[in-house]
Amino acid sequence: MENLVPHFVELIRRAATDLPADVEAALRRARGQEEAGSAAQGTLDAILENVQMSRERSTPICQDTGTPIFYVYYPTGWSTLTLKKQIREAVAEATAKSYLRPNSVNSLTGRNTGNNLGEDFPYFHFEEWEEDYLKVELMLKGGGCENVGAQYSLPDTRMDADRDLEGVRRAVLDAVYQAQGMGCAPAVIGVAIGGDRGTSYLKSKEQFYRPLEDAHPDPKIAALEQRLIEEANELGVGPMGFGGKTTVLSVKIDSLERLPACYFVSASYMCWADRRRTLIYRDGQATIE
Amino acid sequence: MAHIELHTPISEAAIRALHVGDQVSLHGMAVTARDAAHKYIMENFIRPPAVPASEQALHAELQRLWRGGVMYHCGPVVRQDDAGRWHFVSAGPTTSIREEPYEADVIAHFGLRAVIGKGGMGPKTLAACREHGAVYLHAVGGAATLIASSVQEVTAVYKKEALGVPEAFWVIRVAGFPAVVTMDAHGQSLHERIAEGSAQRLAALMAR
Ligand code: SF4
Repeated sequence: MENLVPHFVELIRRAATDLPADVEAALRRARGQEEAGSAAQGTLDAILENVQMSRERSTPICQDTGTPIFYVYYPTGWSTLTLKKQIREAVAEATAKSYLRPNSVNSLTGRNTGNNLGEDFPYFHFEEWEEDYLKVELMLKGGGCENVGAQYSLPDTRMDADRDLEGVRRAVLDAVYQAQGMGCAPAVIGVAIGGDRGTSYLKSKEQFYRPLEDAHPDPKIAALEQRLIEEANELGVGPMGFGGKTTVLSVKIDSLERLPACYFVSASYMCWADRRRTLIYRDGQATIE
Repeated sequence: MAHIELHTPISEAAIRALHVGDQVSLHGMAVTARDAAHKYIMENFIRPPAVPASEQALHAELQRLWRGGVMYHCGPVVRQDDAGRWHFVSAGPTTSIREEPYEADVIAHFGLRAVIGKGGMGPKTLAACREHGAVYLHAVGGAATLIASSVQEVTAVYKKEALGVPEAFWVIRVAGFPAVVTMDAHGQSLHERIAEGSAQRLAALMAR
């Protein structure tokens, strides 16, 4: 297999320093909706200026570059062992180049490995697919917003939430309310219905790979996504929790099979610094989207 | 909501004129301090009857910088140039609530006028702000490049070896550091207000 390390380093650099166009456009729209001269608008101005500056200077948008989460789709015959080795090498190199902050801390000793490599760090998901090219999706998931994610087991009498889409709606609204501005709002909320506790959270995070403007193919889910965007923004938490019209930029929902006994709703919170990029490697040519 | 320029040292009158929601630009000196620094301050300056001899020089320097001064909850990404000078590369705020047990004492001890961080602080700090004439300034979480660019100079660093780079006392000169007053010297907290308002709206949404 060829040496793809330089392409992976570039993928990381782009993810950490160059906010995707759909996220920036959503922030810009939000800015236009906030009251002129408000703290909410001032905050979005600062965010947009920071985005621009980070892109020009190639410096991290936020100093917390989060957990790098790699989803790797590879054609039959490729070695996942080699891919993993090369991506890990790229992560260490990107850390040395200050695109990533050293973020991998041993939970028992408190020691930071200094290069973002640990036994289970960064996170990988490999999937063989029928296409003839390689696709690597990377998201950088910050810590502050990770802390405010929430999981519900329905029914939940406290919220009057049953095992249906109305129950899901209640759980998501509660999660956005509980988070206030602490996850660096405005957010993208990724929601999973079903699964076990582990798969449910994973599915909720996978929603962050979706383009902000798409809608779920199931019209009932798509309608709930839209409704929750509007209702979450009625809470008035606003950018950074300063109050205002924009608390979430988008809500993305999907479901997975569950056990008869379980009905989990997982809401993962992605801060405004919604950093994700995709590398496509086809016929010896690399492109980053 | 006003837009106000603050220059250090900040007078008590300037602080008492601020209200929750005001946007400020800070000019002058600030010193970073986060978890380990607060532990150090409590153990060396505040709890013992006398400051240990070995720590008196730093104590005097912090007294000079923080009388009418500014503390920043931040663990920066720094770079040292060929001439040995330090620079802030990426320097957004860190979550402040972890310092809630200590901040009221620190404000009183040094005569701090402003604490910058993110996420807000609790009732003990809010009471100290009212009593001593201080405010909590909320910086924009994640706006790390922008904030670092308002840092004109790193003039000194203390306890870098003992506490580590992110936890050290970094003395910085800033120009146009952007922040919002979210806890003022009149007992008002934007965080409390927003939490209450959103709780009411949540209840209304749940009733639909
Ligand atoms: S939650 Fe805030 S501080 Fe954390 S990565 Fe996101 S923008 Fe940065």
